[in-house]
Amino acid sequence: MAQLQFDNSASLAEKIAADAGVTLSDCYQCGKCSAGCPMSASMDIQPRQAVRLLQLGMADELVRSRMIWLCASCHMCVDRCPNDVDLPALIENARYEAQRIKLCAVPEVGKFNDIFMENVKNFGKSQEVILEGAYNLLSGNLLQDMGSVPHMLRHGIVGPEIRTVREREHVRRMLTAAEKEDEGC
Amino acid sequence: MLRYAYYPGCSMDTTGVTYRMSIEYLARKIGLELMEIPDWNCCGASSAHAKGKWQALALPARNLAIAEKRLPGLDICVPCAACYARLLAATAAIRESDETRARIEEITGVTVKAGAEILTLMDVLGTDEGFAACAAAVERKLTGLKVACYYGCLTSRPRAITGVQNIESPELMEKIVSLSGVECVDWDFKTECCGGSHQVDAPAAARPLVERIFRNAKANGAQAIVTACPMCHLNLDMREEEINRKMGTAYDIPVYQFTQLLAVAMGASAKEVGLQKHFYPAFKRLDRTLRKAGTLQ
Repeated sequence: MAQLQFDNSASLAEKIAADAGVTLSDCYQCGKCSAGCPMSASMDIQPRQAVRLLQLGMADELVRSRMIWLCASCHMCVDRCPNDVDLPALIENARYEAQRIKLCAVPEVGKFNDIFMENVKNFGKSQEVILEGAYNLLSGNLLQDMGSVPHMLRHGIVGPEIRTVREREHVRRMLTAAEKEDEGC
Repeated sequence: MLRYAYYPGCSMDTTGVTYRMSIEYLARKIGLELMEIPDWNCCGASSAHAKGKWQALALPARNLAIAEKRLPGLDICVPCAACYARLLAATAAIRESDETRARIEEITGVTVKAGAEILTLMDVLGTDEGFAACAAAVERKLTGLKVACYYGCLTSRPRAITGVQNIESPELMEKIVSLSGVECVDWDFKTECCGGSHQVDAPAAARPLVERIFRNAKANGAQAIVTACPMCHLNLDMREEEINRKMGTAYDIPVYQFTQLLAVAMGASAKEVGLQKHFYPAFKRLDRTLRKAGTLQ
């Protein structure tokens, strides 16, 4: 199993909270976040439990969970939280720590994100055709959504053309610099 | 003056094409000048912020910098909810901390002040001037059509950066779209999430999110759902028939962009707003409504 870069899970929990700008003791476990989360039915760890794990210094469980990748970043939890605990920021930073150890408990989501960013790096803009095609290939879900393709082609919704940024070298340069910065965080 | 810098976003050329067509139509009709930010790049939604904080900030920052340089003094209109959220988040981060701004400038190699306001198209059309211009351009009314205004997540959340007061039940889309003569129903899922890109990368978990939006709209008497985002629109429109087939439901709810209804009320033909491009048939409901209501008010 991949090793966490931190000696112990407690210091990792502190780092995640600090990077997210969250005071973990602000959460008194009322559960409004879990109640309002649209993805909670599919999560292995409920939103309320995610904060609890960090409070208890058990960050490794959160970092290895599926929930951080199933979060849709809809921000319902933080906007309903009576104490303004920024759970999406905690989840985002838990994702960063997971990526540091090359871990993504929902591999399809990780692949989607990788392909998306590779596209942006190459072209400066997102290419929906390449994104969907490459995703289907790499995730093994070859036929996913292919039933919609004839409609899209017939109505000119998608086509073979690739739209790029003129200064796409600039976009590539700055994304490379940003990746370095993110690795060092 | 109705003049804004304009960030269309990548979807506008593909899956958001009906949004783009209807925006262009109504902009012409009401004299709204949307000055496209030259050589804009992807805002990073919805993957950059899952990959890293600085990647998520750098992409929108380049667009903000170009807008400042080439379209100085103009606020930025962003019709896509996801793009709006990313440009707004970057703006908030740059304004909040000089240190963050300096690091972004180092990474991107451009200077950025983030002085421009970031606005949704609803914000723009909801201003006194925008609203009056829309009202004056309406030529016919879609009287009798009951719609559920669906905002999705990112035009109102997170409240800390959007400043939206009522994140559970915003009213701005209702105010604007009512100009077309439709009746807006009261319903519970205005700001529930459509699942975003999880409809592609976690479909089993995300599909129920779309189903329950249709269910609640239907239960509250809506004959159509109205959106203000290319992603929300695609996720609802493209999945409706599949949901009916697989879940045994019988939803019969076309999904329109709010700009399509406005444009049709301003005289646009079905083709001019791309009604034939929808996945779930969208023409008949409007055609029948117009015939019943009479073409002119």
